[in-house]
Amino acid sequence: MLTAILIALPFLAGLLIITTGGEQSKRIALGAALAELVVAGIMLAQFQINAESQFVLNYPWIPSLGINFHLAVDGISMLMILLTTVLTPLIIYSSFGHHYSKPQNFYGLILLMQMALIGVFTALDGFLFYIFWELALIPIYFICLLWGGENRAKITFKFFLYTMVGSLFMLVALIYLFQQTTGTHSFDINALYAAGQALDINTQRTIFWGLFLAFAIKMPIFPLHTWQPDTYVVAPTQGTMLLSGIMLKMGIYGAIRWLLPMVPEGVAAYSHLVMMLAIIGIIYASLIAWVQTDIKRLIAYSSIAHVGLIAAGVFSLNEQGISGAVFQMLSHGINVFALFFIVDMIEQRTKTRLMGNLGGVRTVAPKFATFFMVIMMGSVALPLTNGFPGEFLLLNGVYQASGMYALFAGITIILGAVYMLNAYQKSMLGEVSAATENFEEPKAHETHILWICAILVIVMGVYPKPLFSIAEPAIQQLLTMVK
Amino acid sequence: MVQDTMAQTLHGIPINAYLMLSAVLFSIGVLGVLYRRNIIVIFMCIELMLNAVNLLLAAFGAYRGDSNGQIFVFFIMAVAAAEVAVGLAILVMIYRNTKNTDIDELSRLKW
Amino acid sequence: MIKLVALVPLFPLLGFIIIGLFGKSLSKTVAGVVASGAILLSFIVSLLLFINLNEAGENVSHTVKLFDWIQAGKFSADLSLLIDPLSSVFLLIITGVGFLIHVYSTGYMHDDEGHNKFFSYLNLFVFFMLLLVLGSNYLVMFVGWEGVGLCSYLLIGFWFKNTNYNNAAKKAFIMNRIGDLGFLLGIFLIYVTFGSVSYSEVFAQAKFYGADEPVLIAITLLLFVGAMGKSAQLPLYTWLPDAMAGPTPVSALIHAATMVTAGIYMIARSNILYTLAPTSLHIVALIGVITAVFAATIGLLQNDIKKVLAYSTVSQLGYMFLALGMGAYTSAVFHVITHAFFKALLFLGAGSVIHAMGGEQDIRKMGGLKSHLPITFATFLIGTIAIAGIPPFAGFFSKDEILAHAFAHNKIFWLLGVGGSVLTAFYMFRLLFLTFYGKFRGTHHQEEHLHESPKSITIPLMVLAGLSVLGGFIGLPEAFHAKHLLKSFLSPVFAASDLRMLPAEISHTTEYALMALAIIIVLIVVLLARNKYVVKGELPVADGVVLSPSSKLIANKYYVDEIYDTLIIRPLHWISGIFYRVMDIQVVDGFVNFIGKAVVWSSNTARLTQTGKIGYYVFVMVLSVALLLLYISY
Repeated sequence: MLTAILIALPFLAGLLIITTGGEQSKRIALGAALAELVVAGIMLAQFQINAESQFVLNYPWIPSLGINFHLAVDGISMLMILLTTVLTPLIIYSSFGHHYSKPQNFYGLILLMQMALIGVFTALDGFLFYIFWELALIPIYFICLLWGGENRAKITFKFFLYTMVGSLFMLVALIYLFQQTTGTHSFDINALYAAGQALDINTQRTIFWGLFLAFAIKMPIFPLHTWQPDTYVVAPTQGTMLLSGIMLKMGIYGAIRWLLPMVPEGVAAYSHLVMMLAIIGIIYASLIAWVQTDIKRLIAYSSIAHVGLIAAGVFSLNEQGISGAVFQMLSHGINVFALFFIVDMIEQRTKTRLMGNLGGVRTVAPKFATFFMVIMMGSVALPLTNGFPGEFLLLNGVYQASGMYALFAGITIILGAVYMLNAYQKSMLGEVSAATENFEEPKAHETHILWICAILVIVMGVYPKPLFSIAEPAIQQLLTMVK
Repeated sequence: MVQDTMAQTLHGIPINAYLMLSAVLFSIGVLGVLYRRNIIVIFMCIELMLNAVNLLLAAFGAYRGDSNGQIFVFFIMAVAAAEVAVGLAILVMIYRNTKNTDIDELSRLKW
Repeated sequence: MIKLVALVPLFPLLGFIIIGLFGKSLSKTVAGVVASGAILLSFIVSLLLFINLNEAGENVSHTVKLFDWIQAGKFSADLSLLIDPLSSVFLLIITGVGFLIHVYSTGYMHDDEGHNKFFSYLNLFVFFMLLLVLGSNYLVMFVGWEGVGLCSYLLIGFWFKNTNYNNAAKKAFIMNRIGDLGFLLGIFLIYVTFGSVSYSEVFAQAKFYGADEPVLIAITLLLFVGAMGKSAQLPLYTWLPDAMAGPTPVSALIHAATMVTAGIYMIARSNILYTLAPTSLHIVALIGVITAVFAATIGLLQNDIKKVLAYSTVSQLGYMFLALGMGAYTSAVFHVITHAFFKALLFLGAGSVIHAMGGEQDIRKMGGLKSHLPITFATFLIGTIAIAGIPPFAGFFSKDEILAHAFAHNKIFWLLGVGGSVLTAFYMFRLLFLTFYGKFRGTHHQEEHLHESPKSITIPLMVLAGLSVLGGFIGLPEAFHAKHLLKSFLSPVFAASDLRMLPAEISHTTEYALMALAIIIVLIVVLLARNKYVVKGELPVADGVVLSPSSKLIANKYYVDEIYDTLIIRPLHWISGIFYRVMDIQVVDGFVNFIGKAVVWSSNTARLTQTGKIGYYVFVMVLSVALLLLYISY
């Protein structure tokens, strides 16, 4: 029941806002998102820590094709739902300083996006998963296209096509697996698992690429990442937050749930290749982030580096790696949201994103600079901030796969400090510049958001145990299928 | 008895003759469509092809004693009539707009 | 009683939170009192714990678990604290010296606009440092390890409007992170090898390993990389001299007395692992002794009062690693203690001088301060004697102990060690003479304002001076037929190592002879320095004067910074630019765009078949039908 509410609430609220909303849209949307958060909270309270799928919702949808409307929640999904429901109200709230034209469409699309994301994280039917997966693309495409910045048409088109291509490979792979299911064909996840696991190694390898491409493009993994920096830069801030905070987690989540147990032998055959690509991506993106002049683009590249590490952890195929990945998805979501929010605040106040024009903010707005510092520490994974437990476990997982990989992946903790401290120094420290002379301290709603983020950064870093224990049984069960 | 005589006469002509005739008619139609540039001539050639097929249908119907063939012929004639009506109307419109009935000039929908 | 250990880091944390959150509304006095009070409370608890441990007898190691922290599969790490003699000693140093420096800071930072912020950072630092030494597993140590790095970053860049200071702060953080990566990999290897990261389990299992197993060598070397970063050993030392950009109390607390000794603590804590890996020990000793001499030579020609002390810190840390590398763990800890006393004293004295000089740090512009700053001079003199190793001051006993070990262990190390201590004596007395003797060389304006510092500054100086005089008596050499108090107190921690390590005995006569030799050489050097700088009144050359090649090399710190810049940073930056502009935009994205363009191109080409000529379409249709019929019929 709760799952149904979780899906229906943003959907209905979104439609309602699009059809009837006016200038009040942002408040209605915020209310809906908060209600959704409450629902998720109730769900969390009722959640049993075990490997079972809970809050099951299973109705036949297209029986002739074995398609069911099958949603359920396990530990991993629970955390992803938390991420989505915590970030969406924050994202909506963060837009309170903006005036978007046609707000009803903007906020309606955000809520529809939330619906699709929740669907992706809870679907247990291959077909349904694919539907939600594609559904998530539509609102974000329009958000970027209609409210984006310069040159948006070309860039969003590229983004759309790029991810679409990946999805189609996934669709083909899913249909192939569907054909292989025994008895009456079915898109049920367990039937697909069984079908995939029964395939011979060569077919598994092929299927691996079909599924992997979709997820790798979404994450994105080097060298499939080039849509990402441009899109992040051109999208309106809220779009960037949705993309980086939640949407890229679809790729990682998809890899964990729909790839690893689906074709274990295929995964085993390519896990080292993927790890290498991911690690190349880490170093490559970190180095590129270092030479950026535009702070938004810098964070976009840093996101590639962070996701690279998460991907490497996932494909290390051990409990530490995957636990770390799941945890890091949450903390990366929060950190990257907060970072883009900070960039947005800088841009609104100074009308520039070029770090060369900034500087001295800490003198004018010490509170703001302090918040930035806390978030930045989370981002460079200082212990006792939320970045650390995940990054530690990820590297630990990678280390168990190969010490060499961990050495190279670990360079991220050095390069991460290099580019983040560099950005902080250029934008916040030094002498006040013309652009930052009148830099205002955060306004009320900005202060709220920054406080929430800062508290989450610290609390998740100091006491991450509950989050680990929620996901642990599900991860263990998943791994029994992988090995 | 006239009918019987009629049928006998028809049966007296071998089916191959009908086939040949309609093939020739059809080919004339095709070649007409291919070679002529005047749109009205092309239109008539299309009719010619249709009638070649009609002839075949009627002939096979008669040979097999199956009236379906002839029913189809009537059906086709009805449709063709409607088609001619619409087609000629379009032709008139084209002519009025372009003062021209040369199909090679009518390539404005190219891209 | 032991449960109280959680209070030790709690007080500074509370202090940090209170000052950090309400810093704006607190007056400077309140903030200073809160911060110092927090450390004082921690010190009292530490003292109680120390007394308790001393009385406890055999069972001297207690673990207090706070809560589960990170847990995934078989991996689990608690946030739990360990109190044993080793951590107890470090607690006393951190909170004791820390308290004095807090008190000192209330005077020193009084007029700074960031006064309250300074104290919140300082408290946070003490919190992390306490966590570092109290952790009962490697992960908690790592938490403290990175945490102190953060505070060091914040405090070096405390005056954040100055770009050079910011660069120094950034450099410190990043260089430490290089070491941290080694540490982190070491932790992973420990986990993979022993299945746990908690000290008790790791050390219990390690005992079953034979000597010099590759995995142990790997673990110890990786950990040592971490120690190199934090404790500023070659080749990762260059951040420490730059770190002097921070306010002077910070240099005293973080970059001399406590944080930089974290590496020594780490190796002393993991002593059993190192003992089982003699190869690693050898490398530790080698790096230590090379650093000790290398840094001492740079110290000879530095003209910034704090830079001289910074290089001397690097050098002294080298001695500590030398001691560790010879398995003389107690000696290393002993030197940590005495060094904390006299180096904190020297830095604070330097701070007092800088304070009086209105911010001037160049010793060429000082001179003759003896009469203006009598207390500072007296205490600074004590510190200088202590570091030079003249009995009976603290530095003599600890350094002598290390050199005695070196003599028994490896004569070359001993020779280098003595050489280093000679250099130390020279540059320290050079510093003393140039600063306090001769004529005043500053501006007239400065001279008028010369004054002895307030009590909040001089009292910590006097206390530290007292400790620098007496500190050595906790570790009297056996040759004196006295009890080595520190050794017997720490013996439970190093018991397992001591069993495996053959004691390098030297006869008492040899020891006396070595001591006498060292003292005589040092005294000669002091006289030489006096002759050069007091009697002849020589001055270091001004900037811009052409130096002899060797002096130039040393005065420019062997160009190590420049070498790193040219060999590592610039090429990396260049390559990053290439990655961005060429690789990413043109190659990778170019390929993606190429696919797009290829589709557009082929569509454009295919489009040409649609000529719009009906005749052509019909012809193609007929032809196709004909071909189709042919295909079907055959």
